[in-house]
Amino acid sequence: MTMHQGKPLDRLSAIFRTDALDLRIGEVQVSRQLAFEVYPGEIVAILGRNGVGKSTLLSCLAGLPRGLLSGDILLGGKSYAQWGDRAAACWRGWLSQKQQDQFSATVLETVISGRHPHLNRWSWESAEDHALALASLAAVGMRDFADRDVQTLSGGERQRVAVATILTQNPTLYFMDEPLAHLDLNHQIEVLNLMKSRACQDRISCIMVLHEPGLAYRYCDSALLLYGEGEWMYGSAASVLTAENLSRLYGYPLVQIDRADDRGEMQRWFVPA
Amino acid sequence: MISLRRTFLVLAFLAFLAMSAIAVGLSVGSVEIPFADVMAGLFDSSAPGASVIRDLRLPRTLAAFACGGLLAMAGALMQVLLRNPLADPYILGISGGAGVGALLAIFFGLGVAGLNGFAFLGALLAILVVFGLAHGDGSWTQTRLLLTGVMVAAGCGALITLLLSIAPEERLRGMLFWLMGDFSQGVNPTFALVGLGAVGLLTAPLARDLNVLIRGNDAAKALGVSVRFVRVAVYLLASMATAISVTTAGSVGFVGLVIPHLTRMMVGNDQRVLLPTAMLAGGIFLVLADALARILIAPQQLPVGVVTALIGVPVFLYLLNRTRYQ
Repeated sequence: MTMHQGKPLDRLSAIFRTDALDLRIGEVQVSRQLAFEVYPGEIVAILGRNGVGKSTLLSCLAGLPRGLLSGDILLGGKSYAQWGDRAAACWRGWLSQKQQDQFSATVLETVISGRHPHLNRWSWESAEDHALALASLAAVGMRDFADRDVQTLSGGERQRVAVATILTQNPTLYFMDEPLAHLDLNHQIEVLNLMKSRACQDRISCIMVLHEPGLAYRYCDSALLLYGEGEWMYGSAASVLTAENLSRLYGYPLVQIDRADDRGEMQRWFVPA
Repeated sequence: MISLRRTFLVLAFLAFLAMSAIAVGLSVGSVEIPFADVMAGLFDSSAPGASVIRDLRLPRTLAAFACGGLLAMAGALMQVLLRNPLADPYILGISGGAGVGALLAIFFGLGVAGLNGFAFLGALLAILVVFGLAHGDGSWTQTRLLLTGVMVAAGCGALITLLLSIAPEERLRGMLFWLMGDFSQGVNPTFALVGLGAVGLLTAPLARDLNVLIRGNDAAKALGVSVRFVRVAVYLLASMATAISVTTAGSVGFVGLVIPHLTRMMVGNDQRVLLPTAMLAGGIFLVLADALARILIAPQQLPVGVVTALIGVPVFLYLLNRTRYQ
């Protein structure tokens, strides 16, 4: 059970809810009357073509407003304005698509910045904060990189440091914009397994932008498809991620392959026809 | 990553160096006064040479220390605010505005009070113009702020050139000295010392926010920083620090760019450590530079801005070459 600020979260009530959300940025209508809920332990995938507004929508949902936005976004029953910046940051984390490193900093310094919302103004990071940062680095296989300069890392290594940073922030709800960007296959699965196990054990929830529908089917409970022109489809991964929907989504015919893995769990892969 | 204990050691060491630098600043000058008499003169107004120490060297040295600290802090803050390692305190046109004000005051032959008042007004005007124009649609992006500031600076530069070209011959030297930064004209350190304390105290609670802000506005907001408030506060603090320093001593170059980088090479980029370290290092640097400005071609004095650049450039290039630094 997730404990948050001393109160056990009710598993049956949504941790995140959006209703009647209209979002438009420039010439792109991202969503019209978008409504869905996220429950503790749930992982949601957002899929769509390039430029359809996936990242814009994810930022807005994470409380970083962009474009013309109307409708409700409620985190634990309250809007971001009602939470305030710091309290909201104890609840939700946001992994951006691009990491900015204009100045050099060590990997550990970068990762421990995830503790920022949890510390009061005059506190320094405690031994526990350090331990948590190192454990997060170990979780993404970067423990030995703690003293390296982030500017010297490869794209994939930098991405894993970003994942470690959000793990160190330790939010209840994760917003991840292409968490698999720059990662090789092995690390893609590693990050997804990590999020899945956190979702199962700690009941964290996660909304992530993904480009691989097969991985979305395997790791996510539900999926949100953005078709463009404000049209969207939300539902359980099994019902939404079908060859028919995805062929329309990507504008290219896809073939669906269902097979059970060695543990008997169903997997579903999509290949271009 | 630098520990709290090492931070205290570094700061204690720098505080000791600062005291030593101030002692050096008090001891050198056109009149030779033995060190024992310097100390005596400091505490006893009837000691030999006391008036030189108390009325000339002490205010000058304290002003140099305060201005160095202000400029180094302002530079470090501007670099975070603009997320640009090349930013310095003058990049957003504050010294340009002050320069126009000061040159106008010299042009019309106003006294020291008029000069300082005009310079400060000019700096405030530049701060307000940049702040107002950069707001735009409310986005207040780095690029917009930077370009607005650089344009205002360019405009002020043109006005300064205009004033220099039409100024009467006998006022030209005073104008040039002001523009290069100079402590020789009976400076009063009070304003700068109060400013240094105020800016330091007001910046301290924001330091960890700045560590996060350096990774981008959205990333900082997602980590709980009230980005708009912090950025406006940092802009105003850095601008006021610059305005106060420029009003006191003219636009002393180089301290605000070089000292933040030097200290970053030594203690890393944690703003909680970097800002106080840069403040002390900037003060030390400018006190020593001013001491050199007094003795290099004594009895004549150099503008301190010449010395800061002459020392700063080679030291910086040397360190840049031997440190792995990006």
